[in-house]
Amino acid sequence: MSAEFLQYLFTGITIGAIYALVGLGFSIIYNASHVINFAQGEFLMIGGMCTVALVGTGLPMPVAILAAVAVTAVAGLALQKFAVAPARNAEVVTIIIITIGASIFLRGLVQLVWGKEFHALPAFSGDEPITIGGATILPQSLWVLGITLVIVVALSWFFNKTLLGKAILATSHNPDAAKLMGINTGFILLISFGLSAMLGAIAGILVAPITLTSYDVGIMLGLKGFVAAVLGGLGSGAGAIAGGLILGIAEAMAAGYISSDYKDAVPFVIILAILFFMPSGLFGLRGTERV
Amino acid sequence: MSHIKHLLKTPRYGGLLALVLICLLLPLLLQNAYQFDVAIKVGISAVVVVGLNLLIGYTGQISLGHAGFFGLGAYSSAILTVNYEWSALAALLAGSVGVGLIAFVLARPILKLKGHYLAMATLGLGIIISIVIATEDWLTGGPDGMGVGPFMLFDYEIYGEKAWYWVVAALLVLSVWLALNIIDSPVGRALRAVHGSEVAAQVAGIDTTHYKVLVFVFSAVIASVMGSVFAHYSGFVTPTEAGFFHSIELVTMVVLGGMASTYGGILGALILVLLPQLLSGLEDLEMIIFGLILMLTMIFMPKGLLPTVTGRLKGGKA
Repeated sequence: MSAEFLQYLFTGITIGAIYALVGLGFSIIYNASHVINFAQGEFLMIGGMCTVALVGTGLPMPVAILAAVAVTAVAGLALQKFAVAPARNAEVVTIIIITIGASIFLRGLVQLVWGKEFHALPAFSGDEPITIGGATILPQSLWVLGITLVIVVALSWFFNKTLLGKAILATSHNPDAAKLMGINTGFILLISFGLSAMLGAIAGILVAPITLTSYDVGIMLGLKGFVAAVLGGLGSGAGAIAGGLILGIAEAMAAGYISSDYKDAVPFVIILAILFFMPSGLFGLRGTERV
Repeated sequence: MSHIKHLLKTPRYGGLLALVLICLLLPLLLQNAYQFDVAIKVGISAVVVVGLNLLIGYTGQISLGHAGFFGLGAYSSAILTVNYEWSALAALLAGSVGVGLIAFVLARPILKLKGHYLAMATLGLGIIISIVIATEDWLTGGPDGMGVGPFMLFDYEIYGEKAWYWVVAALLVLSVWLALNIIDSPVGRALRAVHGSEVAAQVAGIDTTHYKVLVFVFSAVIASVMGSVFAHYSGFVTPTEAGFFHSIELVTMVVLGGMASTYGGILGALILVLLPQLLSGLEDLEMIIFGLILMLTMIFMPKGLLPTVTGRLKGGKA
């Protein structure tokens, strides 16, 4: 393996892990409520911006991070409670516009409070690159990969072993049956938005030292996370992780070997090509539709 | 006499007559070039929305990428007239034929998709178009955009806000007339059947794919023509015309005004063009208020403004 290839691979896996986290956020909400939350990217933005602001007030980094994740979770709960829940029975496109309205609102709010400038968050443990096989990797990338791994393991434990996690899964399979079994499905929907917002915030905080952060950083990251979720098959957690990594690596390789001009177009070209041949994504169920 | 009265109550004749009257009388109220400019921009968006409403409102197929077609039309006109000295009309026609072909080729694989997968594919298509336009700067001027000359029709130049007002007004009436005729034809009934239940429509012997492709191509060509008109009117085009937010704006106009309501779409265009003008004095609060209005109208009037209001007027539950 050449050093150049290894270098692109490191870059790709790092950004791919971020896409995977965003894609997981999409999947969790989609599973619980069949809503595509176009404000998902704003969770990343709020997480990153909030941490920068709190660190700026002199709080130690870990405290700032915890507080920022909590703030974002509250934003997620509020989004579900006040914007999505009242429109339960509306058409798909109506709910899409509600979440887009919410994303514009959140961007406006953050811009009002913290302005339009780019903000830098210091890396968690220094900027000294580590050399592996001729390629370098930043310590922050290791943080991204490590925390993503921890989150994936924690989520799979949560969904498979805890009562709440199983209740979320039950609700996503069949809300009516879940309700009959005594599951408070309204509460489950709320929890899924909160959980998804926390994932988004963590992704946003992890990536902030690498890409800088600003009030509109969530737009592209959110859209690419949506691509990751669709690529793996909407609603499939493992699919979203695979989708995110594939996108990140493909993007880095295309930028390195072809042209960096079209880096942002790569995920969308891939998703169009995949959907033309596999209309339910790579790992989506080829479900039969009930008429 | 009662026959005529009855006809006037139908959207096809009564509504169209009202629209013609509004278009004819509006210039009496418009006082300056700025107000004409806003009216023209409303009109340009409204025509695109009338086409898009056939796809989203009547056929139930979402598109988050129609600004891409608008942008392709605008840049076809810009590039062909400026770089290759084509006549404006030839460039407009070439652009719309090109967009029609692209839409036709992509329609089958794209419209096979459903719901969120369809949203993803059309969104991706629009974003790819806008990235290509922004990147190929040798041809398009890149992110800074490019200038476009006036619209010369033979020896006559469409010049000034008033002349453009009449052109756009005529196009709006024409597009509404076309849309209403399509809706009232066997094609329109087939489209509504697709929206109701695609499988049931197929069982009833309707070639659903054929009709979905037809309306997709039709709405894309309308967007392209209006892109060309916009390019010559504004004299300048940028990649944002083809971008994700413009696509979202167009869809929002359809849904805000009222899905499957041709006149509702025009109302949606009016509101979404006027709102930023009214909010522009508020600077920092603009985004917050815009987002709030979007959320609140969709939460409290999920069917859109016009169907909700007419429903209330008729005393029924909207």
